[in-house]
Amino acid sequence: MDTVSRKGELRLMLIFSAAVLLMPVWLSPFGAAYPDLLQKFAIFGIFAVGFNILFGLTGYLSFGHAVFLGVGSYAAVWSFKLFTMNVIPAVIFGVIFSGIFAALIGFVSLRRSGIYFSILTLAFAQMSYNLAYSVLTPITNGETGLQLRLHDLRMIDALFIEAGEGLPLTNLFGIKMSGYPGFYFCAVLLIIGFYLALRVKNSPFGLALKAIKSNQTRMGYTGFNSRPYMLSAFMISGMYAGLAGALLAVTDPLAGAERMQWTASGEVVLMTILGGAGTLIGPLLGAGLIKYFENIFSSYDDSLLHQAFSYLPDAMNDVVVGMISPFVGDGWHLTLGALFMVIIIFLPGGIVGGITHLWQRLVKKNQEPTEMEGKQQ
Amino acid sequence: MTTVLNVSGVNKRFGGLQALDNVNLKVEEGQTLAIIGPNGAGKSTLLNVCIGRITPDTGSVEFHGEILTGKHPYEINQAGVARVFQTPEIFTELNLLENVMIPALSKRDGTYHFNIIARMKEEKQIQAEALHFLEDFGLEEQRFSDAGSLSRGDKRRLELAMCLVQHPKLLLLDEPTAGMSRLDTNSTIELLKKIKERGMTKIIIEHDMQVVFSLADKIVVLAQGAIIAEGTPDEVKNNPKVQEAYLGDEHA
Ligand SMILES: Nc1ncnc2c1ncn2[C@@H]1O[C@H](COP(=O)(O)OP(=O)(O)OP(=O)(O)O)[C@@H](O)[C@H]1O
Ligand SMILES: [Mg+2]
Repeated sequence: MDTVSRKGELRLMLIFSAAVLLMPVWLSPFGAAYPDLLQKFAIFGIFAVGFNILFGLTGYLSFGHAVFLGVGSYAAVWSFKLFTMNVIPAVIFGVIFSGIFAALIGFVSLRRSGIYFSILTLAFAQMSYNLAYSVLTPITNGETGLQLRLHDLRMIDALFIEAGEGLPLTNLFGIKMSGYPGFYFCAVLLIIGFYLALRVKNSPFGLALKAIKSNQTRMGYTGFNSRPYMLSAFMISGMYAGLAGALLAVTDPLAGAERMQWTASGEVVLMTILGGAGTLIGPLLGAGLIKYFENIFSSYDDSLLHQAFSYLPDAMNDVVVGMISPFVGDGWHLTLGALFMVIIIFLPGGIVGGITHLWQRLVKKNQEPTEMEGKQQ
Repeated sequence: MTTVLNVSGVNKRFGGLQALDNVNLKVEEGQTLAIIGPNGAGKSTLLNVCIGRITPDTGSVEFHGEILTGKHPYEINQAGVARVFQTPEIFTELNLLENVMIPALSKRDGTYHFNIIARMKEEKQIQAEALHFLEDFGLEEQRFSDAGSLSRGDKRRLELAMCLVQHPKLLLLDEPTAGMSRLDTNSTIELLKKIKERGMTKIIIEHDMQVVFSLADKIVVLAQGAIIAEGTPDEVKNNPKVQEAYLGDEHA
């Protein structure tokens, strides 16, 4: 499965593209086919796919990737404010600036490995978060967050378009980037991002990353300098995060420092592990599931719960609601934590790992004599 | 003859332990040098100094006239020095083919190469080369299994294949037959003899005297970090100091 041929890649990409573009169709039975949520699926899918390039391939666990998400958002909003409401420059700026940040943070953090690396990235993330609230308020607008204003410069737009009434909208050469068009824009970028991740994984570069994960010492004595490989992987995954951050701003043009908080960094780690680190589809599944359940669980509050269980007698109703309510609404993170523990304990390879394991068992049972072939797949 | 490796005046202390004590050593082109000595004599430490894993306190290592001391391990490997470790260092989570393709890629592409255009499947030449070396070691049938699942002896042979695929100018072998069955030991000896015919320069650390005497052109005896004797196999065999320090207990 690792050395996919050109044909295999093409087939995978076709299926994947169809699945992504048809999300509004096949997700509607799940009640998830509305633009806001679909946009989130695509955006956090990009974030997770990029994170997986670092964590899944090299095994280096960054606990500060939300910084790049934040940087991408700020860069995009500034692009809207200073230049144009067109989303193309915003996305490009988001990717470039997060790339620069990733180069700096990666250069320092990658001097260590293992837990020390994780702690360094976490420290950088918390520093950036605090800076965004203090010294950098001229850029980040502190607690209020960075927003569009009526009197923003918009230098490029000012040349071509007559300013209308009220705040202008983000657009792709005139197509508004809210609702379904916004989703399709994110979806196309997800498909491109997925293809690049696939290329990275199946290329000599990707093999080197996997080798670093497996035995970094041997890598050195084999003539490879791990440092630039690691820095490249770190920058690439940082740029994916920046892209995701920029897209958050594209679909909803504001940026706040809370996007850089450690909980946001932790979330992408959860997504990747939940789905299956190192697998191509896993992180996407993880991102989708977490965003889906977040959407459902966090929308409930006590009164909704009382309604949902109204068929129960009053006393029972109170007991059931009392038991469930800590897990919904703001308590959604409690559910997430519990889910995460269950996965780690019972499915260490994540969802995809679990499915692969099951599949291999089935194959083994069905064709006992050709066991070797099953392994080769 | 050209000198491939020149170790001069190397000292290394670990706390109170003099692991290497003023070691001077020369290896000529095409030569197979065997280093023997009791456990803890400093044999592995000497190889570690050569490949940049350990920096010596004093002294230097020259390879084809180029100073290696202070260089990164990857630079030393790129210069043409490959090593088999005492405990195999392989990529346990990757399959055998990938294990051998990686050193072949490093030989072709250098210390860093950002190549995401090519697919591993399209790296036909590298694959063929890797497969060829796996065949030499009788490992081709297991090429798609994880290297971690191999037996100890097979891990060693895989590591040797990983070194040889780079066509190193100098090959360092730290007990290449330890943990191998007699049969595998013999086939490894045959293989090393073949390599020798091709003129590859080698340093081999070995406890198995049959291996040493069938391969070595020159033997160096190390005890407590110092060289106590060196010469041809016959000279060393008959040296009373050596018999006392090392061979004694085996020949007694
Ligand atoms: N990195 C290190 N730190 C501290 N002491 C070390 C280190 N490496 C080796 N030593 C010590 O130096 C001495 C020489 O070790 P070395 O591994 O070179 O011996 P050796 O001749 O290879 O022995 P063996 O035949 O058992 O492999 C030993 O006493 C060992 O404990
Ligand atoms: Mg040793």
